[in-house]
Amino acid sequence: MKHVDEYRDGKLARDLARRIAAEARADRCYRFMEFCGGHTHAISRYGVEDLLPANIRMIHGPGCPVCVLPMGRIDDAISLAKRPEVTLCTYGDLMRVPGSNGSSLLKTKAAGADIRMVYSTLDAIAIAANEPERQVVFFAIGFETTTPPTAMAIRLAQKKRLTNFTIFCNHVLTPSAIQKILEASDPDAVEIDGFIGPAHVSTIIGTTPYQRFATEFHKPVVVAGFEPLDVVQAILMLVRQVNESRAEIENQYIRAVSAEGNRRALAEIADIFETRESFEWRGLGEIPDSALRLREPYAQFDAERRFTIVTRPARDNPACECGAILRGAKRPRDCKLFGAACTPETPMGACMVSSEGSCAAYWAYGRFRDRETGLQRVGAP
Amino acid sequence: MCLAIPARVIELLPDEMARVSLDGVVVNASVALLEDVAIGDYVVLHVGYALAKIDEDEALRTLSLLREAALLGADA
Amino acid sequence: MNKYEPLGRKLDLRSGRVDLSHGSGGRAMARLIADVFHKAFDNEFLRAGNDQSVFDIAGGRMVMTTDGYVVSPLFFPGGDIGDLAVNGTINDIAMAGAKPLYMSASFIIEEGFPLADLARIAQSMGDASRAANVPIITGDTKVVERGKADGVFISTSCVGVVPAGLYLSGDRARAGDIILLSGSIGDHGVAVMSKRENLSFETQVLSDTAALHDLVAVMVEAAGASIRLMRDPTRGGLAATLNEIAHQSRVGVRIEEASVSVRPQVAAACELLGLDPLFVANEGKLVAFVAPEATEKLLAAMRAHPLGQDSARIGEVIEDEHCFVQMTTAFGGGRIVDWLSGEQLPRIC
Repeated sequence: MKHVDEYRDGKLARDLARRIAAEARADRCYRFMEFCGGHTHAISRYGVEDLLPANIRMIHGPGCPVCVLPMGRIDDAISLAKRPEVTLCTYGDLMRVPGSNGSSLLKTKAAGADIRMVYSTLDAIAIAANEPERQVVFFAIGFETTTPPTAMAIRLAQKKRLTNFTIFCNHVLTPSAIQKILEASDPDAVEIDGFIGPAHVSTIIGTTPYQRFATEFHKPVVVAGFEPLDVVQAILMLVRQVNESRAEIENQYIRAVSAEGNRRALAEIADIFETRESFEWRGLGEIPDSALRLREPYAQFDAERRFTIVTRPARDNPACECGAILRGAKRPRDCKLFGAACTPETPMGACMVSSEGSCAAYWAYGRFRDRETGLQRVGAP
Repeated sequence: MCLAIPARVIELLPDEMARVSLDGVVVNASVALLEDVAIGDYVVLHVGYALAKIDEDEALRTLSLLREAALLGADA
Repeated sequence: MNKYEPLGRKLDLRSGRVDLSHGSGGRAMARLIADVFHKAFDNEFLRAGNDQSVFDIAGGRMVMTTDGYVVSPLFFPGGDIGDLAVNGTINDIAMAGAKPLYMSASFIIEEGFPLADLARIAQSMGDASRAANVPIITGDTKVVERGKADGVFISTSCVGVVPAGLYLSGDRARAGDIILLSGSIGDHGVAVMSKRENLSFETQVLSDTAALHDLVAVMVEAAGASIRLMRDPTRGGLAATLNEIAHQSRVGVRIEEASVSVRPQVAAACELLGLDPLFVANEGKLVAFVAPEATEKLLAAMRAHPLGQDSARIGEVIEDEHCFVQMTTAFGGGRIVDWLSGEQLPRIC
């Protein structure tokens, strides 16, 4: 695959890692957070951490929109799907996310609800157009990468004059989440030395929105491509910034990301959506100006207005350490529930719910490392 | 963040759509978010939408920077 | 004067549909069986026209297996539920190192199912059965009301005989054993997925459905005493199979990603959908755990066979009380290959 395989070259990776080891100063630790769940997944899937020297630690951030979706919103989606007139369209990622009382979209579908897994909002629009008697609700989630496809769906719905299409909007914003992490005053929090900026969110928003993390918080941000070599190169760039006491926004993903981002996408988003005053993030609590809803002129496409949804807060298990893990203060194996009550089959909190969450990634890819270093608490399958 | 993959535009369709190919696997995608998409362009594909064009020159530059740094590493 | 047809009029295989009378044991059912199943499977056993078939056994240890086929969609690039039913069942017998002898096939058909589709499926089964030289010698037919079956469900069983001295079992792997894989992974799952609604992508990937008993016979002949076990990685993919065996044998497994073959289009389709080929179903591949000294001999024998041309050594068995399946990634790092609980779903994140 062009533009993919070149960035998975193992030999290049090992040589680059040696470069990193040579440049990383032996007298200090480097702690970098990769914000984006896709990066967490890539790091785990390719075993990138194995190539890094021991004094570089990757902290997995909350850039997984499935993980941070509050349970109450899943409950809302399930209620919507149970209405006989509703066809709920959703991305595959959401099917197994647990709602309250062990429910899920998958189980609700098994009980007879009309829930359809789609690959694209284009499919949901097609269903609405072909089945005018159904109320088609699209379960919209995701960071800024996934918001433009939802925006374009609204445009298409307008164009086709669909009266049976709405979205249940749960789109969230990256810079607000990064800010929350930087502002968090955790006694156990580990100081983060720099961020690996999200790849595809940045194709949309550009690199400019990260500027304030450099100027106000003095944290370097390197926007990295999606492939493991991109991540390794970005780590090298971050090490250099830290060594040189620089705090700048750098762009490693120059082949797809520009400073200003995707103008058309940003214009559509600005026209169709507005920022919610506050939104609850699972594991992080309420964050102001961190999520979107439809503007008034697009009210007819808003499922929350059409179906009068009032979200009830649903609480995570008190022993769940997701909040601390999402902020980088704790690791999966520090959580009492990990591997015991909380497994991918029976996820208790945000970090286990999606394959990109820290705990899920650690479970799926990294548990054997504890065994090798003789540490306790390795989850049994 | 979101799973996106570079795919090559092989045909332009009406209504701002296109057929894109990933090593022979072909899907229909919307190119409504991009301007001046041409056959042969590589685009970043996410949930059925092309979000960005891949700049071939910048890609080559990235690869050459990678290889340069790796060479230094190989000698280290 | 018209010739008297004891079974009534011939079925309209082009545009007719199955109805409840075809399952009720009367003349209509006899007509269905004759026009569809006996026609496609035709052999001396079925021609005898009994509810059971009698055969001689040469002696030795018998093997028996049973399977159910509920794949959706019923027809996919490279095959259909019929091929799957015959080949898959034969493969279960073959994985014991055994020679498959005879099969049964039982059908639960949904009212309204097109006869043309049923005939097509039966024909696939007949062709696969003849190609494998494993006749379908007995069967059953039921029809259920509309909505109570997904078109058609097929249930099979097969009997075979294991050569003397051969003991293959999932609990026989031990540290030091070498793991061989007979070809590329992910083809079947991707082929089936390409036909699912709301996931429309075009691909030339075909299901790899194939009967492996002949390949197995060649392997057993080459080094049967050195083979600990064989298994075909169907649902859940190579990952599930390796994890199952690791747990059954109480060992660990270490494989090299670079040695696991994935066709470019399969890799591309998996990238598109966010799937890992390790978890995608196969229907014409096997893994074999073998004593290390027999590795080269077995690989040579496998590669000489059309169904094993891309055979490769993919890893080894190690001591590990946690029974992890570890993988060295092509990138050079390490990871474990998890044992998924449910089906892998396409993802956007």
